[in-house]
Amino acid sequence: MRGLIRRPAHAVPHDPAPSKLGYRYQRLLLTPGFRATMRIGVPIALIATILGSHFSNAANRAAVAAQIETAIQQFQDRPQFMVKAMTITGADQATMTDVIGLLPSDYPVSSFDLDLEQTRLAIESLAPVKSASVRVGAAGTLEVRLTPRVPSALWRDGATLRLIDAEGVDSGFVTSRSERLDLPLIAGDGAEQHIQEALALYAAAGPLGPRVRGLVRMGERRWDIVLDREQRILLPGEGAVAAFDRVVALNAAQDMLDRDVTVVDMRNADRPTLRMNEEAVAAMRRVNETVSTNGAGN
Amino acid sequence: MGDLYDNQRAMRQMRKAAMQRGVVAILDVGTSKIACLVLRFDGPEQFRNVDGVGSMAGQSQFRVIGAATTRSRGVRFGEIDAMQETERAIRTVVQAAQKMAKVRVDHVIASLSGGRPRSYGLDGALDVSGGAVTEQDISQVMANCDVPDYGADREVLHAQPVNFTLDNRSGLADPRGQIGHQLTTDMHMLTVDTATLQNLFYCIKRCDLELAGLASSAYVSGMSSLVEDEQELGAACIDLGGGSTSISVFMKKHMIYADSVRMGGDHITSDISMGLQIPAATAERIKTFYGGVVATGMDDREMIETDGETGDWEHDRRTVSRAELIGIMRPRVEEILEEVRARLDAAGFEHLPGQQIVLTGGGSQIPGLDGLASKILGQQVRLGRPLRVQGLPQAAIGPAFSSAVGLSLFASNPQDEWWDFEIPADRYPARSLKRAVKWFKDNW
Repeated sequence: MRGLIRRPAHAVPHDPAPSKLGYRYQRLLLTPGFRATMRIGVPIALIATILGSHFSNAANRAAVAAQIETAIQQFQDRPQFMVKAMTITGADQATMTDVIGLLPSDYPVSSFDLDLEQTRLAIESLAPVKSASVRVGAAGTLEVRLTPRVPSALWRDGATLRLIDAEGVDSGFVTSRSERLDLPLIAGDGAEQHIQEALALYAAAGPLGPRVRGLVRMGERRWDIVLDREQRILLPGEGAVAAFDRVVALNAAQDMLDRDVTVVDMRNADRPTLRMNEEAVAAMRRVNETVSTNGAGN
Repeated sequence: MGDLYDNQRAMRQMRKAAMQRGVVAILDVGTSKIACLVLRFDGPEQFRNVDGVGSMAGQSQFRVIGAATTRSRGVRFGEIDAMQETERAIRTVVQAAQKMAKVRVDHVIASLSGGRPRSYGLDGALDVSGGAVTEQDISQVMANCDVPDYGADREVLHAQPVNFTLDNRSGLADPRGQIGHQLTTDMHMLTVDTATLQNLFYCIKRCDLELAGLASSAYVSGMSSLVEDEQELGAACIDLGGGSTSISVFMKKHMIYADSVRMGGDHITSDISMGLQIPAATAERIKTFYGGVVATGMDDREMIETDGETGDWEHDRRTVSRAELIGIMRPRVEEILEEVRARLDAAGFEHLPGQQIVLTGGGSQIPGLDGLASKILGQQVRLGRPLRVQGLPQAAIGPAFSSAVGLSLFASNPQDEWWDFEIPADRYPARSLKRAVKWFKDNW
């Protein structure tokens, strides 16, 4: 039956008290550890589950990997990063061929695909190259700048003639001496390690220069200077240049080496020794005998 | 007594654990409202390692992070009457306070105003025979107090040493290390009905909370609304609550007497309700809006409408003058204050050096109450508000919250009670290892 007095619906006092279950639930939600778990742990677990289930499929993994690869490739192949040409400076024709062989062959290439440091090391390992700088310059050009080795001597190593520079490093071959007549010739074991001394001796040769055929390292210890007409100057291990200077001076004063002398032995500085050739010895002996006979006859 | 030690020590341990955790709830179970404050102990003073009360009377230790209040249900005269209802009310208020604090609380410090508190003054003596007073002597002298037979159905709520006397020197706060012959102590002990305590304990347990402390609301409202010099010189705090009016007398910063009058604001409301033939809810509203105790000529002309829902137009459209309302309220307020006067006289309040009387509690907001109270209780009457504590919402700083605020001060700075001192040697369980160690200590 409808009440005679109309009362608003909320007239029945509302009980504000939470139910026991609701009270416990709210307390649980206010527990700090539980809150942290719900706010951080559960979302992370959810995300991990979704990602895990997605990536457990090999096709999905491959697709994602391919997508990443494509993105990287697209970025690296942008025109700003492309190398379109190369320039090589400071190389002769033979070296140029070798260097080109070490550089990428088909252009354009992305600068991400170039290992400049590795390329530089490879170029520097070439015999005629002393140092190299490799960089990607303006307008997408691969610039290779070479400093070639300058051969300062020829080294006869067995049958081959090697070009070596002032540091004793090989920088190539020549087939015959006549190709590089401008370079001094050295020979003998360990000669390449004493290039500086050899060059100093050559510089000290002075008027003897045209006559010098080469330097021979004897016993990995000292130098012999070989002249034309089968003449040899034996120099000491220590003070070779000074000894050679003495020989040059003697020669200038007395034309010593124009005579029939085979060996000038400067190994003992106190006692330079000359060896004449056999004919000269015989002639000298004959002259002496003649002089003594004439003298006796007189 | 052993049981009491265990209970109170367990609660004190719980309180320490709660302080470690940093969050504790304050529950003031009153007759008209239940208030819950959630305190967080993280202030700069918390890790101070010196003795004594910190700055701002130790309040900087904590701040209020959650506060809620709800209409109390199932409580009469400050005692739990209908447990289910009270349990629901406690759940409501704790949930609301937790929601505001955004943290779960597990430990609760509660106060109760009912349970017929009864004060006892105890004294004990110990012959220390010329030696220095040790902690053990203090616990022994307290153990020597002859406890009156306060009844089997009553429980000790507070037992605080109030004074120590060494030979002829009285008023010692801490006699440790002093040399004398005769050590005597005065203790104040407050007992309440066991059933009341058990009901409160049970209700709190039903809400999944742990009780970490219990205090009498008379004591804690005195702590919050008496200023320091009043506590020192002697003052009475009268907490006019809903169902009961609590009286506590303080001197030398100790409570020396507590009592309660089983009448309060709810009785005024029911008087209005009966006198004006209106529902209790309307009577409560009229009381809080228009109530007073001193009628003036203006009040005869101020008419108050008493709404009703009976459907009888004549009945629903009645008006009463404010003078009539005051005429109903005043005798009841006078009766309460007379009763308080009688209790204070019985306690010998007139012998105290300070005669300050502080009215607090929700009932103290009746306009003109201070004038009426000074006629009945004496000249030095003032209205007291609780101390300001950090983080307390504006709605909860009124005098109705003085026991809740006092309870938070009690939580942060509890006074040493009997059970906080060392257990006297003869109370150790027999054959205890501690006892053996103690024997060695004493004899070597």
